[in-house]
Amino acid sequence: MYENLETADNSENLKRVVVDPVSRVEGHGKVTLLLDEDNKVQQARLHIVEFRGFEKFIQGRPYWELPVLVQRLCGICPVSHHLAAAKAIDQLVGVDPENLPPAADKLRRLLHFGQILQSHSLHFFHLASPDLLFGFESDISKRNIFAVLNEYPDIGVQGVKLRKYGQEVIRMVSGKRIHGTGAIAGGMNKPLTKAERDYLLEDVDQMIAWSADAVNLVQKVLQSNRPYYDDFATVPTSYLGLTKKNGGLEFYHGGIRAKDALGNLLMDQVDYCDYNDYIHEEVRSWTYMKFPYLTALGKEQGSYRVGPLARINICDSIDTPLAEQARLIFKLHSSNPMVHSTLAFHWARLIEVLHCAESIKSLLHDPDILSSELEVQGEKRFEGVGVIEAPRGTLFHHYQVDENDIVTKANLIVSTTSNNQAMNESVRQVASEYLSGQELTEPLLNNLEVAIRAYDPCLSCATHAVGKMPLQLELVDAQGNLVDKLTKHNDGQIERTR
Amino acid sequence: MKAKLLVFAYGNLSRGDDALGPLLAEVIEDKFNASEQVEVLTDFQLQIEHSLDIEGRELVLFIDASVNTPQAFSLSELQPERDKSYTTHAMSPAAVLQVYQEVTKFDPPPCFLLTVQGIAFELGEPLSAMAQLNLQQAKDFIMPLLQKADVDFWRTQCTEEAGFA
Repeated sequence: MYENLETADNSENLKRVVVDPVSRVEGHGKVTLLLDEDNKVQQARLHIVEFRGFEKFIQGRPYWELPVLVQRLCGICPVSHHLAAAKAIDQLVGVDPENLPPAADKLRRLLHFGQILQSHSLHFFHLASPDLLFGFESDISKRNIFAVLNEYPDIGVQGVKLRKYGQEVIRMVSGKRIHGTGAIAGGMNKPLTKAERDYLLEDVDQMIAWSADAVNLVQKVLQSNRPYYDDFATVPTSYLGLTKKNGGLEFYHGGIRAKDALGNLLMDQVDYCDYNDYIHEEVRSWTYMKFPYLTALGKEQGSYRVGPLARINICDSIDTPLAEQARLIFKLHSSNPMVHSTLAFHWARLIEVLHCAESIKSLLHDPDILSSELEVQGEKRFEGVGVIEAPRGTLFHHYQVDENDIVTKANLIVSTTSNNQAMNESVRQVASEYLSGQELTEPLLNNLEVAIRAYDPCLSCATHAVGKMPLQLELVDAQGNLVDKLTKHNDGQIERTR
Repeated sequence: MKAKLLVFAYGNLSRGDDALGPLLAEVIEDKFNASEQVEVLTDFQLQIEHSLDIEGRELVLFIDASVNTPQAFSLSELQPERDKSYTTHAMSPAAVLQVYQEVTKFDPPPCFLLTVQGIAFELGEPLSAMAQLNLQQAKDFIMPLLQKADVDFWRTQCTEEAGFA
């Protein structure tokens, strides 16, 4: 429906509006809108400039460094890279997932649940809740965590403490907040002590209760204005993710399942080591970011979404009771087999938070979690693939090593890349609906950002130095002349220069 | 029992000069390893939950790399501020103090920010030559302050006015 907006005819006659970078999205992003003489959106593109250099960063390093090294690819979800790399290098030492010691498997899952809980909590309470609680076009002074803390203090504090709890799970399992060496090839490097287990158990029931409240909150908000929220930035797509063998929700290890927009199975329980047979990546000239697609459907029809909305859409069940109850309510939200509303990402995300909190409690009560049998070794291999469901979606790590254990080839498909096509579609949809014929204003820009933010794209690679994150909006005509420019400085001040 | 003085450095060790904060933290940690008075924490970036790390401290020092610092390093005292740095990627220490105030309903303890000048932040790159020099100067400057964790003394050592940093 909106495909024609990506590449416009007569682009030399268009004005260019640049939103750079997108705020409250993790990292650097830029939205370019080409307007015609009547200020109608003719072309829309989301540029993400960070995804380059990953493979070069990894190649030439010994494989055992990878679980620590790859955490530095991304300051937002380091544990996800850590675990995907660990799964891949398990294979390099001849260990398949089913052969990992039970305690190591469960500690990794505990680590992963902690990571998803803290990542999703940050996103909802800090980034998304201001939009949902105060409205997309509310005053800019309200759309931040401070306003939430002021006007909804309970919700604001719960967000901070849920995030903190997830970080504490990570710290207990891996020994450090960041750069931890929890997972190693063939297992884990430290057991969880009884004191650490008991420390985490102290607050887990509170976390479950707050998570359940958050699910109810987002459900209430999204059902309060259904046509608007259901249609906002919504694009019907296929979905992809890992599931358990029984089709249940799975974050750490499973087979690849994909469903089309109508809910029909496109693939199920595919061994992720064979991902290259099913997924290809298209390169486009205007962006460093690739566009993955399902090979069987081709470039035009094969794009898909990953992440919370995909996972809750494609799974048949959730193995924790409160989250399963929430999933059933979620599925009733749409008369279609799949919930396509882009804002439903938030709802799905919080169902996953609830699942994580319930699962953390369950794992902490599992006797295996305190075992010190944590490592096995097998026969060396020269290739390994690790795939997990990161907070933002399916994450692929693929390595080849030589006889000296040096990485000779690395391929990563990060979650945000998989959502690339859909994010562009959402940008185009919102631009077409809300910006046509209007001057660029902050509330309108926020509509674009709300759409992008729903995907929780990880645009960063963890550089954050003070002074490097201005927000710039530029209006440039077809001849390259700067017509208008807004700069949003780090202190929030907006400066206009013409 | 929490240490009275918290040193919180943030940055990415594999991002060129972004490593300045964590590298300085390593030096401080080595020096004060046996001390119960100083705790050193590091993270990739500042986040809302770091407001809870401030709780129960008497003095806090944040350390970060900065492209805006005109000299090798700069020390300033921080105040809580709704500075709208809600691009979480770049949440400022002043904003973290504001979150602390909103969450706990108390004023934060005295907090200072040491920025060390950096110029290059590419993935996989080492510290630039200039950043190496700046790191040494910042180390020489900050060690005596950490030995004498006195807020009035620290205020005399500030190189910038208090405010947003």
